[in-house]
Amino acid sequence: MGLTMSEKILSEKASARVRAGEMIQARIDFLLMNDVTAPLGIKVFKELNHCIFDKERVAIVLDHFTPNKDIKSAEQCKYSREFAKRHGLPYFFEGGSVGVEHCLLPELGLVVPGDLVIGADSHTCTYGALGAFATGVGSTDAGVAMATGDVWLRVPDSILLEYKGSRNPWVMGKDLILHALGDLGASGALYKAIEFEGDAIHELSMSDRFTMSNMVIEAGAKAGLMPVDDVTLEYVKQRARRRYTSYEADSNAGYVLRRKYNAAEIEPLVAFPNLPSNVKKVSKAARMDIKLHQVFIGSCTNGRYEDLKIAAEILDGHEVADGLRLIVLPCSPQVYLKALKTGVLETILSAGSVIGPPSCGPCLGGHLGILAAGERALSTSNRNFVGRMGHPESKVYLANPAVAAASAVMGRIAHPEEVMRA
Amino acid sequence: MMLKGRVWKYGDNVDTDVIIPARYLNTSNPRELAAHVLEGLDPKFAEKVKKGDIIVAGENFGCGSSREHAPLAIKAAGVSCVIAKSFARIFYRNAINIGLPIIEAPDAVERIADGDVLEIELLSGIIRNVTQDEEYRFSAFPAFIQEIIESGGLVNYTRKRFRR
Repeated sequence: MGLTMSEKILSEKASARVRAGEMIQARIDFLLMNDVTAPLGIKVFKELNHCIFDKERVAIVLDHFTPNKDIKSAEQCKYSREFAKRHGLPYFFEGGSVGVEHCLLPELGLVVPGDLVIGADSHTCTYGALGAFATGVGSTDAGVAMATGDVWLRVPDSILLEYKGSRNPWVMGKDLILHALGDLGASGALYKAIEFEGDAIHELSMSDRFTMSNMVIEAGAKAGLMPVDDVTLEYVKQRARRRYTSYEADSNAGYVLRRKYNAAEIEPLVAFPNLPSNVKKVSKAARMDIKLHQVFIGSCTNGRYEDLKIAAEILDGHEVADGLRLIVLPCSPQVYLKALKTGVLETILSAGSVIGPPSCGPCLGGHLGILAAGERALSTSNRNFVGRMGHPESKVYLANPAVAAASAVMGRIAHPEEVMRA
Repeated sequence: MMLKGRVWKYGDNVDTDVIIPARYLNTSNPRELAAHVLEGLDPKFAEKVKKGDIIVAGENFGCGSSREHAPLAIKAAGVSCVIAKSFARIFYRNAINIGLPIIEAPDAVERIADGDVLEIELLSGIIRNVTQDEEYRFSAFPAFIQEIIESGGLVNYTRKRFRR
């Protein structure tokens, strides 16, 4: 039996031919921490009394509670900043250089195809879109890896998700992955890696691919790997700061589960409270008259330029509904600047929205848009657990940015065509 | 190692946002975190829980964020062990790494009721239900993970590696 993409990448990093189920100690290519996870990781690192394995392969991104939301957050950022300065870390991001970590690192070419990336953030799996094996770990893992340059892993079994056919209008990467989450369930890919294939995948922009790999964790997956094709290489070659390697699964690779989805049968979807896998069609949700108090467009899932652009197309010539707050956070300085230059932000602002800084912000109920008891929000982010964006009695619905923009105009969960027809 | 305590039983997909909401992640002080543990699921849990108590839950315990604050809060609240049908993988790593005992035992979870008193022998893989007078077995960790646990967590394990 042949090897999956995960087995090939992890074999390279463990310097041995490894198969699913084996426990390995693998060399990492890049390590990431943020303002929430770095302080604990740094404390662990200090306990080891060892040097950093490679300063060029560590990033600390202060993106969660920044711009500092309170004194405690400011202290956490200060602690990480002082560590980064003392050790001369070249990839320390805050202030005007910061973006949401999983948008920022690929954009700057710091993570590349064939990498083994670990990050003290669960959405580290986003980089699977580049054909890397990227997975979330905790702070202790990250602090230890900063010294050792390696990590313990169990080589995962893999699931193959194949998407065929052409997408319907308004269907984005978000809907393709929500569809899979609905099918697999919140623990359907637990301890396993997901590999994506099929002509509908090759048709996707990098932006949509990042969205899909980002959300594999919502089915419990360890990683979500996309094939490396011309779209990937075009994105990578103008950015990569290191040499990269394309890996391809063998045609006779062993998968524990294979699923085939027909993209033509997938409609825009909404994940209802309180699990990302609790999906319904937008057309159905629109008939339920679900009034909204807030819409959030942003996050490591859907805060990229393409996401803002499609939102602007819908908002153009319309106004945000009375009594609804539309909050838009571009995910990085580059995205912000591009959206500013192309007029995307002007359109969004003119429609009556709030544009904030690149930050994780309200996605995890940190700041910049917290919900009160009884409030309902639609968000382009990745989780809708109880209390995720604020009060435990608030509700969060997840959808793509086109649905988000249309819902902001209508004041309730709405299909983009309801606005574009009008 | 023998653990003993009262069971607090919950369902599937207990996520890290209900274990410790992000608004409390502006600190990593275990005692401050413990004051809010499981707040989103059971607001009185932090007051009710006693040293040695055991959390029993369904599938995918600890799903969601990578925050190590979740197992830290549970450990600092005095919980001696979490038994679940399955764990989310980052929570599983974090618990092993910081030395919070966790047990994957789907059959035992089916039998155990809220409020039962359990005795757990971690090394021999036995859960004794004192209340119901039953016994359940669970399979040992893989050897590699056993080594981390026996070292007292990943930091000590790594110190040993550096000395080798």
